[in-house]
Amino acid sequence: MTVKIVVGIDGHETGSRAIDYGKRMAGLIGDCELLVAYIIEWSPYSFQTQEENAERHKRREEEIATAKERIIDPAVKALVDAGVKARGIVRHGNVADALDAICVEEKGDQIIVSRSSQGGIAKRIFGSSTANLVMGASVPVTVVG
Amino acid sequence: MKNILKTGLIAGAFSAVSTTALAESLDAQVNAIFASITSPFVNFMFAPVPFTDNFPWIVMWLVVAAAVFTLYFGFVQFRFFKHAISLVKGDYSDPNDAGEVSHFQALATALSGTVGLGNIAGVAVAVGIGGPGATFWMIMAGLMGMAAKFTECTLGVKYRNEYDDGTVSGGPMYYLSKGFKELGLPGGKFLAILFSIFCILGALGGGNMFQANQAHAQIVGVVGDFPGWITGLVFAIIVFIVIVGGVKSIARVTEKVVPFMGVMYVGAALIILAVNYDQITWAFGQIFGGAFTGLGVAGGFVGALIQGFKRAAFSNEAGIGSAAIAHSAVKTKEPITEGFVSLLEPFIDTVVICTMTALVITISGQLMVDPETGLYMVNEAGKIATIGNTSGVSLTSAAFGSAISWFPFILAIAVVLFAFSTMISWSYYGLKAWTYLFGEGKRTELVFKAIFCLFIIVGASASLGPVIDFSDAALFAMAIPNVIGLYFLMKVVKAEFNSYVSRLESGEIKKFKA
Repeated sequence: MTVKIVVGIDGHETGSRAIDYGKRMAGLIGDCELLVAYIIEWSPYSFQTQEENAERHKRREEEIATAKERIIDPAVKALVDAGVKARGIVRHGNVADALDAICVEEKGDQIIVSRSSQGGIAKRIFGSSTANLVMGASVPVTVVG
Repeated sequence: MKNILKTGLIAGAFSAVSTTALAESLDAQVNAIFASITSPFVNFMFAPVPFTDNFPWIVMWLVVAAAVFTLYFGFVQFRFFKHAISLVKGDYSDPNDAGEVSHFQALATALSGTVGLGNIAGVAVAVGIGGPGATFWMIMAGLMGMAAKFTECTLGVKYRNEYDDGTVSGGPMYYLSKGFKELGLPGGKFLAILFSIFCILGALGGGNMFQANQAHAQIVGVVGDFPGWITGLVFAIIVFIVIVGGVKSIARVTEKVVPFMGVMYVGAALIILAVNYDQITWAFGQIFGGAFTGLGVAGGFVGALIQGFKRAAFSNEAGIGSAAIAHSAVKTKEPITEGFVSLLEPFIDTVVICTMTALVITISGQLMVDPETGLYMVNEAGKIATIGNTSGVSLTSAAFGSAISWFPFILAIAVVLFAFSTMISWSYYGLKAWTYLFGEGKRTELVFKAIFCLFIIVGASASLGPVIDFSDAALFAMAIPNVIGLYFLMKVVKAEFNSYVSRLESGEIKKFKA
């Protein structure tokens, strides 16, 4: 049976470390598929203006297209070119919740993320997405330093 | 840029001081011209119902409509209140729609357009003329208005326009034209045009001039008297920067600060009520007593009723049609769900926030009572005499200030922000109506935006009386075509309602969240 590993990336250099590690794991496992996921941070409880609401659907489509084009597609292509089975996923939502939800839906076995690129006060108050994922995930999580 | 603006403002302020007399006469001129132009329209809108004691027909129109929708939908506002909260929480939202406009966002955006000066100044006007009894009728109107909001917002989503580029436009102009056509009824287009004209006037009146006027009154209350056109000009420049210059960051900051201000306002009211808990029973006694006897106010209990109904409608805009524009951007496969969510709007706006304001004013003792008769003392203008002769937002400010001395400063900031966010919201409603009439396009949009900014200056310069009359009249006028349309289209809502409820009961519609 194919082992599925969700690799969460954030478009930064730290994310590519997670992909490198995922690639190595896939090589070791053999029959393995990497699900490269990029989450666009979004909350249904944020406040928006009338105009933002009216244009929201359009913006959402644009955000997904941009994320695919700039982040996900190049990453997936590089993996496929290297002989690794890989698929890209773009979602909106809370990073930790969405990565876990993808893993549950796709019946993933593990999640790989890099150490948080977020710092400062926000991290202290809300905790990083990585820390939140580690605390709430349904499957084992590997955090790449 | 900042320095230039600062220098300009300081220079403007100095030159204003040196020409105060001229400026004040300018204010007076603006006021006189404005009052003479608008009075025929105002007189028509508030003409009394025949054989009644000065009961404006338009208020009766809205109350009857709200009552009809309440009965027609079998008290939907009470039966589906819990379901509405569940929808706002996102229990029924499809996770695959993440990133789209949620029910919460549609409600919050609509609320930022309605919660504002109507809750602070409008309530003070109602209580100042109609006495605490007006509060009772305000709550009644708020509760019934929930059904009207439910009807119009369902239609707003059902008949919205979804364009190829992914943007959406909705509102009464669309459901009137498309809905009537679908049912094979004539006159939909005419009603849509009529609505759009009144919506533009409403945007310039209640959504603009009233806001500018009361924001100026509040600033004057804190920093001392100065001509209104200065406040108007500053406001107009900022609004211009946002709606014409496209500086969305200002609007975005306001959208985030306004809910915080709203929570703080309710929090302060609750603290005042908690400190004076022993007077709450007395205050409710005044509210119920005044509702049916008037307790000496001009016009007796009918006076209280008219004021309560008028200010509730002005505040929560149920039946007016504006909310249908605001709610139409939500992502849902079931238009009726946004109807359920929207019924929370009059509840939060009127039943909760307006009642808080009314209770604080009543408890504060700002309204003068004749110690011998126990009735309210009425001045020569027909209003209840207040300590310091305050009215409108200054009455609310004095009431809060009597309990928390520094609160008027916070209130001044809140009022300015509320006024600003309401203006931004209404500039959008007005623009939608404008583009419906004159077509989309940068140039036509710019014309409306320029007119909108100009009216801010007029609103801040004119005195409260003519501004409030025109604002009320313009806003209520929107209800004429809208409510006619709702009567014809309510069977469409009923069909949606029955279908949804049966699927909800059968378990076909399930919660996504446990």
